[in-house]
Amino acid sequence: MSEAAIAASPLATASEAQLTWLRFRRHRLAMFGLVVMLLLYGIAIFAEFVAPFSPDKSNARLVFHPPQAIHFIDDAPDGWHFRPFVYGYRLARDPKTLAAKYVLDGQRKNYLKFFAHGDSYDLWTLIPGNMHLIGPEDPAQPMFLLGGDRQGRDVLSRIIIGARASLSIGLLGVANSLLLGIIFGGLSGYLGGRVDWFIQRVIEFIISLPTIPIWLALAAALPKDMSPLTKYFCITLIISLIGWTELARVVRGRFLALRSESFVTAAWLDGCSRKRIIFRHMLPSLTSHIIASVTLAIPAMILAETALSFLGVGLQPPAISWGALLKEAQNVESIAAAPWLLLPGAAVAITVLALNFLGDGLRDAADPHAH
Amino acid sequence: MPTDMAGNLNTPVLDVRGLRTHFPLGRITLKAVDDVSFTLRRGRTLCIVGESGSGKSITARSILQIVGPPGRIVAGQMLYSATPGAVPVDIAKLPARGKQMRDLRGREIAMVFQEPMTSLSPIHRVGWQIAEGLLAHGLMDAKSARARAVDLLRQVEIPNPHEAVDRFPFEFSGGMRQRAMIAMALACNPKVLIADEPTTALDVTTQAEILRLIKRLQVENGLAVLFITHDMGVVAQIADDVLVMYRGEVVEQAPVEELFAAPVHPYTIRLLDAAKKLGMAAPPARPNVAMGPVMLQVRDVSLTYPAQASLFRRAKPPTPALRGVSFDLHEGENLGIVGESGSGKTTLGSCLIRVLKPTTGEVRYQHRDGHIVDLAGLDREGLLVAHREIRMIFQDPFASLNPRMTVEQCIGEPLLVGGILEGKPLQMRVRQLLGMVGLPPDVASRYPHAFSGGQRQRIVIARALALDPRLIIADEATSALDVTLRGQILDLLLELQPKLGLSFIFISHDLGVIRYFCNRVAVMYRGEIVEIGSADDICTHPQQAYTKALLAAVPEATPARRSLLAS
Amino acid sequence: MGRFIARRLLGMIPFIFLVSITVFLLIKLTPGDFVSNYAASLAASGETVDDSMLADMRTRYGLDQPVIVQYWDWISGVVKGDFGYSFQWQQPVVSLIGERIGLTLIMSVSTLFFTWAIALPIGVYSAVRRYSWGDYFFTMLGFLGLAIPGFLMALILMFVGVSVFHTDVGGLFSPEYANAPWSWERVVDLAKHLWVPMIILGTSGAASLIRIMRANLLDQLHQPYVDTARAKGLSEVTLLIRYPIRVALNPFVSTLGFVLPQLVSGSVIISIVLNLPTAGPLLLQALLGQDQYLAGAFLLLLCSLTVFGTLVSDILLALLDPRIRYQ
Repeated sequence: MSEAAIAASPLATASEAQLTWLRFRRHRLAMFGLVVMLLLYGIAIFAEFVAPFSPDKSNARLVFHPPQAIHFIDDAPDGWHFRPFVYGYRLARDPKTLAAKYVLDGQRKNYLKFFAHGDSYDLWTLIPGNMHLIGPEDPAQPMFLLGGDRQGRDVLSRIIIGARASLSIGLLGVANSLLLGIIFGGLSGYLGGRVDWFIQRVIEFIISLPTIPIWLALAAALPKDMSPLTKYFCITLIISLIGWTELARVVRGRFLALRSESFVTAAWLDGCSRKRIIFRHMLPSLTSHIIASVTLAIPAMILAETALSFLGVGLQPPAISWGALLKEAQNVESIAAAPWLLLPGAAVAITVLALNFLGDGLRDAADPHAH
Repeated sequence: MPTDMAGNLNTPVLDVRGLRTHFPLGRITLKAVDDVSFTLRRGRTLCIVGESGSGKSITARSILQIVGPPGRIVAGQMLYSATPGAVPVDIAKLPARGKQMRDLRGREIAMVFQEPMTSLSPIHRVGWQIAEGLLAHGLMDAKSARARAVDLLRQVEIPNPHEAVDRFPFEFSGGMRQRAMIAMALACNPKVLIADEPTTALDVTTQAEILRLIKRLQVENGLAVLFITHDMGVVAQIADDVLVMYRGEVVEQAPVEELFAAPVHPYTIRLLDAAKKLGMAAPPARPNVAMGPVMLQVRDVSLTYPAQASLFRRAKPPTPALRGVSFDLHEGENLGIVGESGSGKTTLGSCLIRVLKPTTGEVRYQHRDGHIVDLAGLDREGLLVAHREIRMIFQDPFASLNPRMTVEQCIGEPLLVGGILEGKPLQMRVRQLLGMVGLPPDVASRYPHAFSGGQRQRIVIARALALDPRLIIADEATSALDVTLRGQILDLLLELQPKLGLSFIFISHDLGVIRYFCNRVAVMYRGEIVEIGSADDICTHPQQAYTKALLAAVPEATPARRSLLAS
Repeated sequence: MGRFIARRLLGMIPFIFLVSITVFLLIKLTPGDFVSNYAASLAASGETVDDSMLADMRTRYGLDQPVIVQYWDWISGVVKGDFGYSFQWQQPVVSLIGERIGLTLIMSVSTLFFTWAIALPIGVYSAVRRYSWGDYFFTMLGFLGLAIPGFLMALILMFVGVSVFHTDVGGLFSPEYANAPWSWERVVDLAKHLWVPMIILGTSGAASLIRIMRANLLDQLHQPYVDTARAKGLSEVTLLIRYPIRVALNPFVSTLGFVLPQLVSGSVIISIVLNLPTAGPLLLQALLGQDQYLAGAFLLLLCSLTVFGTLVSDILLALLDPRIRYQ
């Protein structure tokens, strides 16, 4: 044979999945997004443990407590120690306005401990425990790492517990959308003809509608006495009803492109059944695109739930989600008194940012020839 | 020819010395053009010939300094003399984005590219694109430029130039678009015309017309032409001088007769041998073959795409793709189906194997065990049985293998799906097949992306052979391969043929390949078979007008016989 | 071209019809109706509820008819310009929505132009100077714009406005112009206030448009026709604008079709947060209070607006791209 030798490098035996992973790894931003998302979902799963306090523990005397910074090096008389602590605050009266104000008390050091014992909880409503990732050595002392809200509850703990609802709605909603997207997109792309024409018109119609007014209408239609859990599932359903169109388009596009590939024709000529062609030959080519599109669809779900809960038609107290938490910061007076009430918004922004990085990287890895 | 040009012929207009264009890519540097030297003379044609990766296209682009980043000219001179005896300007030293370089482009040295569909802007009118150069170089005002555009369209033989000037490229056929590109290149009366594979994407009859056009314009305007191609036949027909490139280097350079008569470098010899082997003058591979009984009877096969009427779009009338095609295929025979684009040859192949269903007609096939079926009307079950004996090889080796399956899985798929073999016996059979097509058996666990085009085509052949078929339909199986590889693949098929008892229906647009491989040939034009007979008869004594035109258009790799440009 | 527009307009009619049905079903989805809502609020505040009075109300408002009849009454009125009666406000709906819908339209469309004006040059720059510091900077900015929810940005801006600048950034008009008749001064006043919601609303839209423009232009930059233009001797800037940018403009302009719904949608939330006199706040109230004709009117007009936007988008694309016209 006069042709050059067949590539002997390890890449030669790499499967398409491995090649995709290798391409993905080169995207530093995307890897960063992946790490952040794994961390966030890990926090959401073990929320009761990670949160320093119970989210409902209120204290009327610690209303709108400012955030306390952690100091890691303790400057004690007998030298320096690695011993985390926060400075305590005491209430004082502003001499001019006579309003109550928190003032840092440099003398009072509340020491902190990792894996401290604190408020008891039932992890996933099954496993009882009372160990928290970090907490005050003296459980009676306050530790408001991100401040306290209008009922003296720890904002950090509420954000962490809220992560569970907000992030899981994102996943559930996207799973729903994925199901609808694959079914309709697949039918559209594989069958073509009139079915395709009809589904495309429906998708065009849905895309041309403004989403928030529709969601408002659907969410407002829910009975007010619904249990939080049912409401949670209904909100998820509502959000996914609009989000599936983008996924359907991606799936359809890929199916159409694949249908005319000669290896699909070859598979038919080899004697493959329709089912085998779809699942064994076409679907693996779809997977990386679908994963990328799904990752990019989650932020929209999270933003949607946040918006709806913020407006009062989504999850409501006592349910805790980032949107519900932001509802407490709805007017200027609250924000002026306690700007840290906006921090759940930062959690949303970080999540959406990380997911977008991740999704972008996945999409570039799945289709490197796109640009 | 204008009298003032008579004395200018053969004077050098562009002198390239030691040109090096490199692509720094991280740790390695790709030396795309490595120490290339040649001289272009007025009124003469220099052909640069080579296979893919030879650097011929980059050489052309280096002259106009339009090599895309990260490519850079790192050494060499390109001395351009606008008039004979003028002080030459070294183009290589000019800044790529400077005014001098821009003045040169289009006005002194013009270029025509390979793909006319994508090389013309889709949203600007043809007349505007032709006139643009004139306006950009400040040679004319808008009104005169438009008049000149109309004149140029007339010169390149586009019908109705006054209307054509306001049309968009997508309204033209491929050949027409290429003519428009040539008109665009000649707008500012350049001294040098660089043509980068301008006819590779065109039908062979259109190619002949374009080559004649370029020759005529060259003679009329005293142009120096630099013509890039991979086709030795084209070289033989139009070149005065030839430059052979391989992997960025010049391996041989000579006047055309000398190169063809007495090539020196082994690569040149290989190229010429491959071209001659698949040329019209060479003997066929299987001149005397006894043909067995009739295996396939095609009767009146027609395929018409139905009309598309819709409230929201323009209605499309019914389009006939095949009209009443009939022929017989004997056992052990190689039947060639030749035609240009739009002839219906690929559609016919798809109909025979039932990837498409014919609207009318019968395709009667006799199985190994003797029973006869009509493939055209067969149900899925019957087709499953038929597809064990009739298999297909496709054109694009990169697209016909699933990139997500290993070679073993690709080749073994028909065996697995048909419930014939699995597990260890399947592996053994796959290895045996790999050996048959000349690939080492241990590549079975590799993925298609690790192989070259020729190797992938061998894998495709192995897959076709897996079920021990009787008939293989090869749809342009060698068209996507380099010339030197084509002969190898054809020889592989010919070698396997007697051992495995195969018959072939070979679809191609390349008459030379068909002549080499097939016993009988059917010539197709616009959905019909216009002529059918033995390969020898068709190629030496064609009866029909279209067949004669087709044969006349094939560029023969013999410089002594320049029939192509004669008419 | 005229036939093309006529065909598209014809295709629009079933869409609008479908919109009206969808909207009506949406507002009828809630169990009960305005009267039962009213009764519940009466009961909650401790007052007695008189059943016959409730039945009277029902008849008076036509709420005792079957759904199909209610729909027909409503839609035949809408076509004549009568959008029904608002139970909450005790006024004809038309008098409530008129100016609000107009302002929503003004806000959305001006934000659309604003985002196009920003996204086009930045997208072009990002594509032409790919992987440069500028490209990374704008990409980061774009991602941030996408990540921060619009209403959060509104909250933050409100906070900054009050604590740092001691001004109230909410509202579209200064108090003296709030209910005044239209005049040139009122337009100027509107312009002065409009830029805050426009920036908030436009940020995430601009971010996605920048990425679309960048991607489309990158696709075109390596096309053979760009080489042809260069080989003709055109300057880099000229050929860039005349060819790849011009071609990439087509899909960019066609984004109108889905950006407008996003903007209208976003304006609803932001207007609720900033308490602007547009559709948002009133719509939310109407939905919560089951004021069906008010809610229906808003929803119908908002949806028709965006559906019409896709029509405009198609026509613009056909104007710019001869390939589509000749299909």
